[in-house]
Amino acid sequence: MATQHSRSAAKLMNAPAVFLLLVWMLVPLCMTLYFSFLDYRPLRGVYEWADGFENYARFVSSSSFTDSVLTTLIMVGGILMITVIGGVLLALLLDQPIWGQGIVRILVIAPFFVMPTVSALVWKNMFMNPVNGLFAYLWKFFGATPIDWLSQAPIFSIVWIVSWQWLPFATLILLTAIQSLDSEQMEAAEMDGASALSRFAYITLPHLARAITVVVLIQTIFLLSIFAEIFVTTNGAFGTRTLTYLVYQRVLESQNIGLGSAGGIIAVILANIVAIFLMRIVGKNLDN
Amino acid sequence: MGRITLKDVTKSFGETQVIPPLNLEINDGEFVVFVGPSGCGKSTLLRLIAGLEDVTSGSININDMDATNIPPAKRGLAMVFQSYALYPHMSVRKNIGFPLKMAGIEGAQATKKIDEAAKVLNLTDYLDRKPGQLSGGQRQRVAIGRAIVREPDAFLFDEPLSNLDAALRVNMRLEISELHHQLKTTMIYVTHDQVEAMTMADKIVVLRAGNIEQVGSPIELYKNPQNLFVAGFIGSPKMNFINGTSALEYDAHTIGVRPEHLRASKSEGVWKGVVGVSEHLGSDTFLRVNVDGIEDGLVVRAEGDVELYHGDTVYLSPENDSRIYKFDRNGQAI
Ligand SMILES: Nc1ncnc2c1ncn2[C@@H]1O[C@H](COP(=O)(O)OP(=O)(O)OP(=O)(O)O)[C@@H](O)[C@H]1O
Ligand SMILES: [Mg+2]
Repeated sequence: MATQHSRSAAKLMNAPAVFLLLVWMLVPLCMTLYFSFLDYRPLRGVYEWADGFENYARFVSSSSFTDSVLTTLIMVGGILMITVIGGVLLALLLDQPIWGQGIVRILVIAPFFVMPTVSALVWKNMFMNPVNGLFAYLWKFFGATPIDWLSQAPIFSIVWIVSWQWLPFATLILLTAIQSLDSEQMEAAEMDGASALSRFAYITLPHLARAITVVVLIQTIFLLSIFAEIFVTTNGAFGTRTLTYLVYQRVLESQNIGLGSAGGIIAVILANIVAIFLMRIVGKNLDN
Repeated sequence: MGRITLKDVTKSFGETQVIPPLNLEINDGEFVVFVGPSGCGKSTLLRLIAGLEDVTSGSININDMDATNIPPAKRGLAMVFQSYALYPHMSVRKNIGFPLKMAGIEGAQATKKIDEAAKVLNLTDYLDRKPGQLSGGQRQRVAIGRAIVREPDAFLFDEPLSNLDAALRVNMRLEISELHHQLKTTMIYVTHDQVEAMTMADKIVVLRAGNIEQVGSPIELYKNPQNLFVAGFIGSPKMNFINGTSALEYDAHTIGVRPEHLRASKSEGVWKGVVGVSEHLGSDTFLRVNVDGIEDGLVVRAEGDVELYHGDTVYLSPENDSRIYKFDRNGQAI
């Protein structure tokens, strides 16, 4: 790899792959950009240039836009909170020497392997169904009226389902972080008179700060585009319409490709803003 | 007060017994050094005293109170770890102040104590730094500072200098000894370096495989080692051991003679040999002499400017018969 010759040969060999990747990425993005400036409604046979940024203006000014941004933020925030807090607690638990540790660890990771659509369906039909769901039985057992989770607490239900899927990821990363904590530090704190709670607050938590930021960053990027869980459970009803879902509705339900594409581009821009914002915080946290 | 008494203390990890029944008394204000080869149980013993490990049987008394089941924080002891175990996200000030904070001491009173400790340890200029921005020696001092502010009954040190370079080690050795003179608090110090043990200790405890081989002042151990192990462990370079006919002349199975108690001559002496490797230190020269019938050869301390070189024939003889240590078949001193 060192010589000039072999390096240029390597570049040449790489070129097709790089080209393919670029096309793979750029073509859909460029198409979306292109469509976003069109008035393109296939069912009505309309296909012409839109009036400048008309699509963007219409997408942003509709009342469902702000609602969907807000819903997205609430969902992502809620999921992050549950997964981070739950992840820390689970990681602490799994770090203890317990019987059957290996099996317990695999079980904890298992939800991560279940497809989002499948897990949402399982939760919807087996747990949250107001007639046949396990929760309904539980409620009836205690003499309470079963709750129709998906219509009475729709956002909470979806947050819960997605959290269940992402908890293993957070747990796994936080567990490795906890295991890298120097045991002598804990012993020193113990000798310094710190109670178990103070040790957690002053030693473990600061040690985990870095891992927590990584979890937040990675999850945010993935969670901004949750779709399957909403599609399968509420279909975007009951105020669960996120930005991603709104774009989907504009394209497929309203058959307005131009408007949907504009929404897609806006979603990309917003996601980038969030990402940059998070990177700043993470960068700060990773520095020291 | 810092009186610590161990009574029939044992420690097993699963099936393996690391510390067989062990009795030890540490008096108030003493500087006690645990010394022994790697894996002999020094750290384990220290951690038992600290309360970081539970004893398998036996009891530990601190200041005449049974402390066997008291948690570490309540024993009134402070520990300095080999890895320093500083809290990486806290400044030096917060590190030193952590035990105070845990004890509910805050504000001006805490600041005063931290500043005092920092002054004693020359850390005043570094109080706002994080541990990652300090040198090894400074980190070591922060760890000691964190121990000092608690005003413990006794300090426990687990090989605190092993991560430092040779020059800094000598320096810190002096500083810790100085600190002991200032505070007059009991200190228990673990090391496998016999030089540290000899220079710092009031009392040395020599350990082998969890057993106490001998307890005594450095000079006592140097002058009257009770067995081969202690004789070989204390003193540098280590004592020469001779078996066979030479030993029989002294009615012993093995005799030992220290390099500094041998005389080298070009013309006559008890043992004839050939000079092997020699180490010229300037003040002294240590000659490794290969002698027929003595397996490991003999090491002798000669003058710094001695005119003996590799391959020369040399005669060695003990300086004085009273400087010869005699041991029986079981390695016990006679
Ligand atoms: N947690 C443990 N579980 C099992 N065995 C242990 C444990 N801790 C120590 N040991 C064993 O106990 C023995 C004594 O260990 P210890 O750490 O006290 O040695 P040491 O004298 O401090 O050695 P060093 O000078 O290398 O630090 C060793 O043989 C070690 O393998
Ligand atoms: Mg040790």
